[in-house]
Amino acid sequence: MPAPWQGILKKIDDYRWEIPKSYKAGMTVPGLIFASESMLNHIWQEQVFQQVANVAFLPGIVNYSLAMPDIHWGYGFPIGGVAATRVTDGVISPGGVGFDINCGVRLLRTNLTEEEVRPKIEQLIAELYVNIPSGLGSKGKIRVSEKELNEVLTKGSRWAVEKGFGEAEDIVVTEESGCLKGANPGKVSDKAKKRGIPQLGTLGSGNHFLELEVVDEIYDRDAAGAMGIDDVGQVLFLIHTGSRGFGHEVCSDYVRLLGEAVKRYGINLPDRQLACAPVNSPEGQDYLQAMACAANYAWTNRQCITHWTRESLIKVLGKSRKELGLEQIYDVCHNIAKLEEYPIDGKRQKLCVHRKGATRAFPAGHPDVPDVYRDIGQPVLIPGDMGRCSYIALGTETAMKESFGSTCHGAGRMQSRAAAKRSLRGADVVKALTAKGITVKAGSMGSLAEEASEAYKDVTEVVEITHKAGLSRKVARAIPVGVIKG
Amino acid sequence: MEGEFEIVDHTADVGIKAYGANMNQAFANAAKALFSLITELDNVDEVLYRDIELVAPDQESLLVEWLNELIYIFDAENIVFKRFDITQLNNTRLKARSYGEKVDSAKHKLKIGVKAATYHMLKVDKTNGCQVQVLFDI
Repeated sequence: MPAPWQGILKKIDDYRWEIPKSYKAGMTVPGLIFASESMLNHIWQEQVFQQVANVAFLPGIVNYSLAMPDIHWGYGFPIGGVAATRVTDGVISPGGVGFDINCGVRLLRTNLTEEEVRPKIEQLIAELYVNIPSGLGSKGKIRVSEKELNEVLTKGSRWAVEKGFGEAEDIVVTEESGCLKGANPGKVSDKAKKRGIPQLGTLGSGNHFLELEVVDEIYDRDAAGAMGIDDVGQVLFLIHTGSRGFGHEVCSDYVRLLGEAVKRYGINLPDRQLACAPVNSPEGQDYLQAMACAANYAWTNRQCITHWTRESLIKVLGKSRKELGLEQIYDVCHNIAKLEEYPIDGKRQKLCVHRKGATRAFPAGHPDVPDVYRDIGQPVLIPGDMGRCSYIALGTETAMKESFGSTCHGAGRMQSRAAAKRSLRGADVVKALTAKGITVKAGSMGSLAEEASEAYKDVTEVVEITHKAGLSRKVARAIPVGVIKG
Repeated sequence: MEGEFEIVDHTADVGIKAYGANMNQAFANAAKALFSLITELDNVDEVLYRDIELVAPDQESLLVEWLNELIYIFDAENIVFKRFDITQLNNTRLKARSYGEKVDSAKHKLKIGVKAATYHMLKVDKTNGCQVQVLFDI
């Protein structure tokens, strides 16, 4: 029996599949899915093709509506989608960024080995769990006034470092140096600020996590060395969180406001969640300024958590900051819109690149890559689910040519939360993880079952595709030994 | 007539369908569905209320804004609601009083975080009783 997508998708090569413009009336560019043939059957069962096609309706979209191999069914935009629109006559869509604005990943290195950490893992996880507020309804340890919050929103990571949370070196190895320019707190509602104030410095719930992991494979020793990853067995620390209720409210506010703008500007959309406005319109600019505030909130959040992580490791392991070698490798955002320049039709053009569940992947030599990585390219951090592994990769020239400097962001969900809970119990998930040598602590057993490995695609398969398609290049792999789930 | 509401599976998120003899009831049941995702409603008592008044361009938007307003109050004030009295509802305006209490971690086990109600798969249908559908970002 032929696969259901046959006759619809045009195979370009083993990892590239085109959805022609004829698939749905209203598409202004074709869709392009980076995936293996075996992944397509699953992608087909969901509404992903429809969603990739719907994004191709956005005015001013150039080249393709793109889907990374971790693509899955989202709301409006697919998760794992990339869309670039012309700044001159194109639109910006808050749904193309998502509710968790600047949800992202930060990776820290250590001088520790697995043998040193194993005997203290329970204690470490317990300390981190106490020191870093996590879970639904948790409140931060930081109390900011509205005036201080406005500083957080305009300064980002720098605010945290000035307050003693972290080190100036952290900022250097953070995307956009931890501060998206153009942030204007005046464009953020009081409601967003009210949600944001108590949640600053919290991990949150859902798929957010903290993870102690151990390097188990190195594919490029030179590049790994440049990141401070020297050997198999070395311990790393991964932080995955975003802008919390602050970002959610900013998104909700602007989906509503831009829903009105869609009518004013006479934009035809197949899904209301794609609400958008011209990038250069007052509404579009307002959203960009509010989005930058949320991005800066998220970087501050990860910066504070970084500081408490260092504190916890120093306390439990009884070593100094220097002995532990707790440097930040990099920090990436995977829900964001950025104004970047690319050659389109032979001319350099300013584009608004929406990355909804996709990671920036700039190559060696790119001016936005920090000096320390200028020769190797921008580190790309790709977390998997808590039972498998995570990858460290690098941006490439191919990504610049084909995907607006973007690659995948993670494993991608495969099973719904309800289905995962029906088939698994939290206690069994803990047992399975313990058997693999992974210590886990979570706010609720239910959320653990929802986040079980079985609910996700295998991140290895996803990363293989981006690696073989050339969108990013594998450097190292790490496996979890201790996990905190919100 | 179906029950008050049901949960609809979605890969990354969670959808709900809510029913009612009239739209007021369907909107109230949608809110109940939302809080049933967040906590066990049986453990919530009615010790306080909040009044909500909203204006939106159409009834679908009104539904999204109604649910987002409740998510906002949950997040900003830490209140879980269990009963919703919708006193006015037309295509563009909603007035409601919602009853519940402050979250008490000893009493209320919080299940999942709901980021927002979305416009994706959104439905407000009056053809066969009243029925609404919403997808939440989780």
